[in-house]
Amino acid sequence: MKSVTKAYQPISWPMKGAGGDTGSWRTHRPVVDTQICTKCQLCWVYCPEAVIDRNEITIDYRYCKGCGVCATECPTGAISMEKEE
Amino acid sequence: MTTSIKQLPDIEQVLSGNGACGGCPATMALRIVGKALGSNAIMLLTPSCSVASMGMTPKLGYNWPGINICFATAGSSASGITHAVEIMKEKGRLQGELPTVFSWVGDGGTYDIGFQALSAAAERNDNMIHFCYNNEAYSNTGVQRSGATPRGSFTTTTPTGKRQPKKNMALLMLEHNIPYVATATVAYPGDLYDKVVKAKNIPGMKYIEILAPCYLGWQFDMPETVQLSRMAVKSGAWLLWEAENRKISFNKPSSLIISGKKDADPVNEYVMKQGRFNRLLKGPDAESRIAEIQSDIDREIAFMRERAKITI
Ligand SMILES: Cc1ncc(C[n+]2csc(CCOP(=O)(O)OP(=O)(O)O)c2C)c(N)n1
Ligand code: SF4
Ligand code: SF4
Ligand code: SF4
Repeated sequence: MKSVTKAYQPISWPMKGAGGDTGSWRTHRPVVDTQICTKCQLCWVYCPEAVIDRNEITIDYRYCKGCGVCATECPTGAISMEKEE
Repeated sequence: MTTSIKQLPDIEQVLSGNGACGGCPATMALRIVGKALGSNAIMLLTPSCSVASMGMTPKLGYNWPGINICFATAGSSASGITHAVEIMKEKGRLQGELPTVFSWVGDGGTYDIGFQALSAAAERNDNMIHFCYNNEAYSNTGVQRSGATPRGSFTTTTPTGKRQPKKNMALLMLEHNIPYVATATVAYPGDLYDKVVKAKNIPGMKYIEILAPCYLGWQFDMPETVQLSRMAVKSGAWLLWEAENRKISFNKPSSLIISGKKDADPVNEYVMKQGRFNRLLKGPDAESRIAEIQSDIDREIAFMRERAKITI
């Protein structure tokens, strides 16, 4: 295929943060208690934002929207939603 | 065996920080679809929430070549692209495995305005996957009724609750005699993943519809997207099934409801969780309106059970 040399049309490129730093939308922040977490990956699979690391179960707060789905689905109650400052 | 969560691939085609609402079921579903399709695919989108979610130029929230097309044209545009890709391959201008051509379209763009072009593409058996993420309304423009809105549901164009039942779009697609049709929903990611992998490897027209409970349109709490998806299935309001070469089989837990091994949960709890229903159920005719919703569900279950017995 010919490669595009000049962006003569409104072409966008895949990048994180296409909607901005969406972490600023959060009213509550999901916090994982690593003592309780069994690393079952349920939060990872249901997170619409792909901000949870499936191995470490850490969260990228730059983009996490604070939807709370992870906390609702966590079977062990390891995730709590804490009010943002 | 359904693929387990830990077996799902790492690849992420939906990028963090896109423009979707928090808890969005469409983004949630598309992430799983991306794991099944991989990066070698071309995406078509009609005007919808998923277009608004792409984010702002020059950034794009999905990791595929994505084309924004006219509302009515998912079927015809995807046909054009899939033919073009095949011809480029024939002429040697495209090497390697052909990209999967897929449309990612809401229920408005599928059930209503896109129906004619989609029906034509299905009748031609053109090689593509049409995904309908079904949030049961035109959500991007502020929640108007569609052919997928269930009876009793409030939308801005049905202020006293929709009076007609929804249509069974997946079954209509099956009656085009296409090689693969499936329904799925976000609470069952392994089931969705397996269906998309299957569809990817079948030539011709494939249709996959994903129930996508949208907190904004359905009026429930944002963290409960997956809960509502699960309740839809357990109450029988949404049936999980697939049809390969026109033979319908049901997937768990819908298969248990169809076979009678398990009773569907009464619809009340599912309905009461959602503002789009319960605001209408405070009136004096509440009982008869719930009964209507329940009878639509019972009819679909009975109908699909019988339809599945036709295997020729
Ligand atoms: C021909 C045409 N009519 C109307 C619109 C306005 N419009 C943009 S998005 C949308 C709603 C799409 O609904 P649906 O396909 O169900 O997707 P959802 O928004 O629910 O994701 C409408 C009506 C348009 N873009 N083009
Ligand atoms: S869902 Fe809960 S237990 Fe499972 S990995 Fe996530 S935090 Fe850990
Ligand atoms: S709050 Fe929502 S966006 Fe943030 S990690 Fe949990 S599921 Fe993902
Ligand atoms: S309105 Fe619903 S479907 Fe649309 S982006 Fe928001 S949560 Fe997703």
